[in-house]
Amino acid sequence: MKKILSLLAVSLFIFSCTKKSNENEIVLGSYSSNTGATATFGVFQLHGTEMAIQEINAAGGINGKKIRHINYDNKSDGDETLAVVNRLISQDKVVAILGEATSGRSKIGAQVAQQNKVPMLTSSATNPDVTKVGNYIFRACFIDPFQGMVMAKFMTENLKLKKAAILRDIKNDYSVGLSDIFAEKLKAAGGEVVTDISYQEGDIDFKSQLTAIKAKNVEAIFIPGYYNEVALIAKQAKELGMKQPLLGGDGWSSPKLYEIAKEAINGNYFSNHYTTESKDPKTVNFVKAFKAKYNEDADVMAALAYDAVYLMAEAIKNTKEVTSENIRNELAKIKDFHGVTGQMSMDENRNAVKSAVVVQVQGTEYKFITSVNP
Amino acid sequence: MQEFFQHTLNGLSFGSIYALVALGYTMVYGILTMINFAHSEIYMMGAFAAFYLARFAGLDTPSPLNFTLGVLAGALFAGLIGFLVEKFAYKPLRDSPKMNVLITAIGVSILFQFGGQIIFGADPKSFPTLIEDQVLFSIADISIRLIDVLIYFVSFVSLGILSFIIFKTQTGRAMRAVSTRPDMTPLMGINNNKIISMTFIIGSALAGVAAVLVSIKYPKIDPMMGVKIGTSSFVAAVFGGIGSLHGAVIGGFLLGVGEYYLIGYGASTYKDALSFSILILVLLYKPTGLFGTTQKEKI
Repeated sequence: MKKILSLLAVSLFIFSCTKKSNENEIVLGSYSSNTGATATFGVFQLHGTEMAIQEINAAGGINGKKIRHINYDNKSDGDETLAVVNRLISQDKVVAILGEATSGRSKIGAQVAQQNKVPMLTSSATNPDVTKVGNYIFRACFIDPFQGMVMAKFMTENLKLKKAAILRDIKNDYSVGLSDIFAEKLKAAGGEVVTDISYQEGDIDFKSQLTAIKAKNVEAIFIPGYYNEVALIAKQAKELGMKQPLLGGDGWSSPKLYEIAKEAINGNYFSNHYTTESKDPKTVNFVKAFKAKYNEDADVMAALAYDAVYLMAEAIKNTKEVTSENIRNELAKIKDFHGVTGQMSMDENRNAVKSAVVVQVQGTEYKFITSVNP
Repeated sequence: MQEFFQHTLNGLSFGSIYALVALGYTMVYGILTMINFAHSEIYMMGAFAAFYLARFAGLDTPSPLNFTLGVLAGALFAGLIGFLVEKFAYKPLRDSPKMNVLITAIGVSILFQFGGQIIFGADPKSFPTLIEDQVLFSIADISIRLIDVLIYFVSFVSLGILSFIIFKTQTGRAMRAVSTRPDMTPLMGINNNKIISMTFIIGSALAGVAAVLVSIKYPKIDPMMGVKIGTSSFVAAVFGGIGSLHGAVIGGFLLGVGEYYLIGYGASTYKDALSFSILILVLLYKPTGLFGTTQKEKI
């Protein structure tokens, strides 16, 4: 008994030491897919987040308080997301959470954050359902209905094409949502969805889907998936001799897209949050600083994560006392925030309202084609 | 009609991959009556062996020589891994209950999946183009591609070598003997352990060949790449009658073609459901599979 008691006492002592909170720092948590199927999203998100936090701390912090950042890797996995978000809240006692890059996993994290009333700001989850989880969930990007509308409009007005095929990732919230909206908006714009086929994340062969699409004589193919599968789809479409332009969403944005697909992906279009060709000095500086720091071009996931940190910092700055509830209230009030991905304001559904760009893939570069305002 | 032929060709090409992997499951089952769940990870290791060889030995340019070296590297390394897994994980448990070996197999599989994520990194890697893919000829609108022809060719050569070993050599005779009466073979002067090791090496080498072929055609590899192909191939092996060599090959082709028709004609969402529906139906109505009734060619 004595032994057990002393053991208890020692462990209590250890835990009370590590858990001592520091009055002069703000603990921000983040989770990202640093490894796994969508690892490039997570790594860019992490780099963007870290860069912004280091800048803020170097400039003296927020109202004199430094940010302490805790990041966990969810290994591109849903169950792991649940575990790490719980850990951020219950063990690390963060005041607010940043993450994730993808919609499916953000939705999982959002449920935990909402239950515990900790504000969560996702940088690039575009599926509308993510912020519908509750009033503590925000996003720093536009939503899929807007993205779907942009691509439908781009296809009918800029490319002047009417007949499209959709190839969707059936297991992915983001892809399914975007496909539905695209179909609806294309019909409204006078176009037609000739065929709507699906695949699943992790598939490597898409020849039968593509052969079926080929037989339908469509003018464009909409593939709102992630870069992994899109790269293989583009490669196989070229092997089958298909010449239709491929269209997609921001899930395409990754250097791996070109690395895997090679020239098969060149010349195709997707909607994105910003372009590195922007003339805005804020964006130019960010692109330059990111390149200097990580020796890599700033991907959109990094830019959005960077903006998310500054949005969060802005909200924290406006609070009288740093509590989760106050941060939530201030986040909801943000208007005309100027970030590297453009001007944004929070609407009543906690979604950022901002413009989108359509870019064309040219190797690892994305060439700016047009921009669409909300 | 064109579409139908295209689906058939694509399906056969992938079916031959299933066949190569399914053989590994069926051979091990035949000789040890255990399911080697680590087989799909041995497949993955074969792909990574070829990837790192091509990367670090500078053999990543498209040429027939590099293609051959890549396939051989995949086969040899997978064979080696198969040998080691058997020696260190399964052999010590030879006399323990079947369930222990099964759980160990699952453990080895998980070890490789997550060990692979630590060592190779979990993000997908782009496999080098070891052979320049091109259209060899087209009939009507159906194009026959070099890589598909190579997949057929390499698969058939591997199957040929396998059936030569099993039906024409002394080792093969011993393998067949061990699979029918492992209690009697030592009396005939056969070293059971040696034969079991051989079986693992051959089965794993076939998986390594399949892995390199797949990685050249679909140039994206990651430590979890074996899971999907492994499950489907296992189903193919059960479908054909686990323990039967012919069964594994025919099961592989049928499953490959079946999946392609299913995706091509509308029900793309249910592709993975197909494999498992087949598994359930086979287990319900013909538990021995297509060719599983006879004991003759069980390896």
